[in-house]
Amino acid sequence: MGATLLEIRELSKSFQTDSKTVQALRQIELDVKAGEFVTVIGPSGCGKSTLLRIVAGLDTGYQGSVTLDGQSIAGPGIDKGFIFQEPRLFPWLTVEKNIAADLSLRSPEVKRRVGELIELVRLNGFEKAYPKELSGGMAQRVSIARALLRNPKILLLDEPFGALDAFTRAHMQEVLLDIWKRNGTTMIFVTHDIDEAVFLGSRIVILKPRPGEIRAKINVDLPYPRKKASAAFQNFRYEVLSEFEKIDELSWGESGAGI
Amino acid sequence: MSIRQANAAAVPTAGRKRRKAEKTRRKLSHFLWGAILPATILIVWQVLGDRELISPLLFPTPLVIADSFVWLWNSGTLNDNLFVSLYRTFAGFGLGAGLGLALGLFVGLSRSAEKLLDSTVQMIRMIPHISVTFLFVLWFGIGDTSKILLIAKGCFFPLYIYSFLGVRGVDNKLFEVTRVLGYSRFKQLVRLVLPATLPNVILGLRLSLAIAWVSLVVAEMMGASSGLGFLMMDARAMSDTPTVFVGIFLFTLLAKITDSLVLFAERRLLAWRDSFER
Ligand SMILES: Nc1ncnc2c1ncn2[C@@H]1O[C@H](COP(=O)(O)OP(=O)(O)OP(=O)(O)O)[C@@H](O)[C@H]1O
Ligand SMILES: [Mg+2]
Repeated sequence: MGATLLEIRELSKSFQTDSKTVQALRQIELDVKAGEFVTVIGPSGCGKSTLLRIVAGLDTGYQGSVTLDGQSIAGPGIDKGFIFQEPRLFPWLTVEKNIAADLSLRSPEVKRRVGELIELVRLNGFEKAYPKELSGGMAQRVSIARALLRNPKILLLDEPFGALDAFTRAHMQEVLLDIWKRNGTTMIFVTHDIDEAVFLGSRIVILKPRPGEIRAKINVDLPYPRKKASAAFQNFRYEVLSEFEKIDELSWGESGAGI
Repeated sequence: MSIRQANAAAVPTAGRKRRKAEKTRRKLSHFLWGAILPATILIVWQVLGDRELISPLLFPTPLVIADSFVWLWNSGTLNDNLFVSLYRTFAGFGLGAGLGLALGLFVGLSRSAEKLLDSTVQMIRMIPHISVTFLFVLWFGIGDTSKILLIAKGCFFPLYIYSFLGVRGVDNKLFEVTRVLGYSRFKQLVRLVLPATLPNVILGLRLSLAIAWVSLVVAEMMGASSGLGFLMMDARAMSDTPTVFVGIFLFTLLAKITDSLVLFAERRLLAWRDSFER
């Protein structure tokens, strides 16, 4: 783990709708070191996606500063990989062309890297398949490979496994950890599944809603691979859970947002 | 799916051949079923005509029509006029569809172009097509130009409308993907907007083609000195109904063939779509 890669200072963001202003984020302070795996967890509507989209450069018009490698974020780009909740593949491109996207498979270098990534996300044999022939989990793996091909400095994942069944989800978590270990890509992973947050993260950031603020940051000093049934794992789980109960007490009757 | 793939990999040629043969058989049976009704009608028509139960002048029998076709073909009259008509149709179609596509994409991509152009285009679209045929002949003469321009006018609107709708219908979520992947504006156009618009464009092409043939008939019947429509008009003046039927038959056939070609292209180009079996 190295120097600070991402620096978020006094970040606030509000949305103007016709009638009212919604404060999505308030005074967010967060440093992410290179090679870290940060999981962000919080109830629905607390601003997790907004935070990620700002880091990706997709949302602008915020207060405060967000810098990646010391540079403030000007817009989206391939140095910031983004994985959406849905796979968002191009339906007219085959798996390998979706991964390559605007890069040409005629280049041997691209071809080789795409092959490696297909291996990594275990999609061998489906290079020529169209998205309509893939299951949700397979499609999401394609979108992960697509982001990884660009060697991003940071990979932003917005509830990427939210729509998957428990089995596929567990498998995908393994795949992601595998990628993280091999490539050392810095990860910010949004979820609202406590198990997932503890299983993956070297650090957990807990957000609370209305307005979105950081409630707690928890370092998870557990070696990988983690055993979900172990006592140490459960302890971290309880710690996160108790933070959530505090949030519930704070916003009781007003939000009712469960997890 | 994976099992089928594994099988196909194990016995590549045999499996594929068998599947192909099965497909051909299915297509053939489909065709035969579809042919039953037209064939029956032709036979009944022929029999009724032979027994003089229907007027030979109003309803020449299929055999008489076939005779007339052979005669027209051998004399070269049909060739010449057919060629002229084909040329007019494709020139008009190419011009109108091309312009419609280009302008539809442009207006779809640019809000200010939409504000400037769309209301005018929509107004022109409301002018009844047939009503200006006569004017076109007056303005551009009885030669090819008036026909080509009339066909082009008819073909323009479907493509304009559908490519416009296609561009506006591009999934915003995919736009975000292209931004995250760092596409330039040009790449967004070529690699997202155009392929995403293709299904709409093909739909527009089919509608345009249908309009092209209708426009051709109308234009050639209202004022021409050559072409299939002229041939029919000329025959009508001489009460030569078999030739009129030959013309109708040819127009139907041509429209059907071109429509099938577009359908075939659609099946190939849009194999990625969920709704299409491969
Ligand atoms: N484009 C927008 N326009 C207006 N309000 C928005 C917009 N995007 C988000 N918001 C508001 O900002 C708040 C945070 O939204 P956000 O999508 O970041 O939540 P989230 O934590 O990702 O929720 P979920 O877990 O349901 O995905 C919400 O109250 C939402 O209504
Ligand atoms: Mg969200």
